[in-house]
Amino acid sequence: MSTADGGRGPAPGGHHRHAAREERAPSGWSVLAHALRPRVSRAQVVTGVLCALLGFAVVTQVRQASTATLSTLRQDDLVRLLDETTTRGDELARELTRLEAERDELLSDDSSRQAAQDAARRSAETQGILTGRLPAVGPGVVVTVADPDGRVKPATLLNLLEELRNAGAEAMQVGDVRLTASSAFTGGAGEVLLDGQPLQAPYRWVVIGDPDTIATALEIPGGALAAVRRDGGDGGVLRREEVEVTALATPAPPTWATPLPAEDG
Amino acid sequence: MIAAIGLVLGVVVGLAVRPEVPVELQPYLPIAVVAALDALFGGVRALLDGIFDDKVFVVSFLSNVVVAALIVFIGDQLGVGSQLSTAVVVVLGIRIFSNAASIRRHLFHA
Repeated sequence: MSTADGGRGPAPGGHHRHAAREERAPSGWSVLAHALRPRVSRAQVVTGVLCALLGFAVVTQVRQASTATLSTLRQDDLVRLLDETTTRGDELARELTRLEAERDELLSDDSSRQAAQDAARRSAETQGILTGRLPAVGPGVVVTVADPDGRVKPATLLNLLEELRNAGAEAMQVGDVRLTASSAFTGGAGEVLLDGQPLQAPYRWVVIGDPDTIATALEIPGGALAAVRRDGGDGGVLRREEVEVTALATPAPPTWATPLPAEDG
Repeated sequence: MIAAIGLVLGVVVGLAVRPEVPVELQPYLPIAVVAALDALFGGVRALLDGIFDDKVFVVSFLSNVVVAALIVFIGDQLGVGSQLSTAVVVVLGIRIFSNAASIRRHLFHA
């Protein structure tokens, strides 16, 4: 602007007037143009130095203001700022607590659902083995009851089954028939039926349970195998590390019984 | 001309040096800048009035800066620093406006 003004308004004879500032006659533009004319005088130099100082200060301050930091703030502002920050922090902490509680709730929901699922699965496995719906594997014994003369009675085999149950047998099959809670030996000596299916001697029992307990229980004097021998048959027990009960039974759904509703929802 | 060159030179130096303002001076620098602007406008007005005197300009420039900073300093000591700096800025702003109006009358006769 200064150069434009200086070029635009060269008052005629403006530079001839030696001390423009002492005269009132010339226009403002000519005074300005005269003042802007580069001369080395004390006034010009002093003004230049002060203007340089001002420019420096302005730039410094502008830079300072654009990177305003906390250190430039006054105490009141700092207290207010601190207040606001504290309030905001408290709010955030409360929200954090709430969200954490919610997350914990969801997690425990999830884990309890998982636990319920696990329990249901275990329960299904247990019941599947007990009802004969699932094949089973484990340590146990193989009991062979030979009946060369066809004189072993169904009641004797039932006695043997009860003995096995007493000894803690968990899954059993005779021949290809799974033994369940509702299994029944019928027929007569030599033509034993298990759940309506004829059994062929020798009767081969596969039993899962503690082998030692079962073997001891069967062999005691006057026990199940003794009863078999009294009938004219013969029996032997083989302990095995692992036996497989693969025969399956299809439990009939109960016609009359329904579960008692649980106490709590 | 030398004044304009000086102004540009000051800006360039300020941009180049990137000075750090000491913490104790930070509240006073903006006030001092406004005071210096006031002195500058006053100087231009005096020039147009034909009564410019470099001695007066230097003294008014420096005293403006010092007095403005002093007022803010006293205000800070009294606990009313922010209010007093506002007051100083308002007063100097009014003076700058009236000086600018006077300059305008001289240059544009309006």
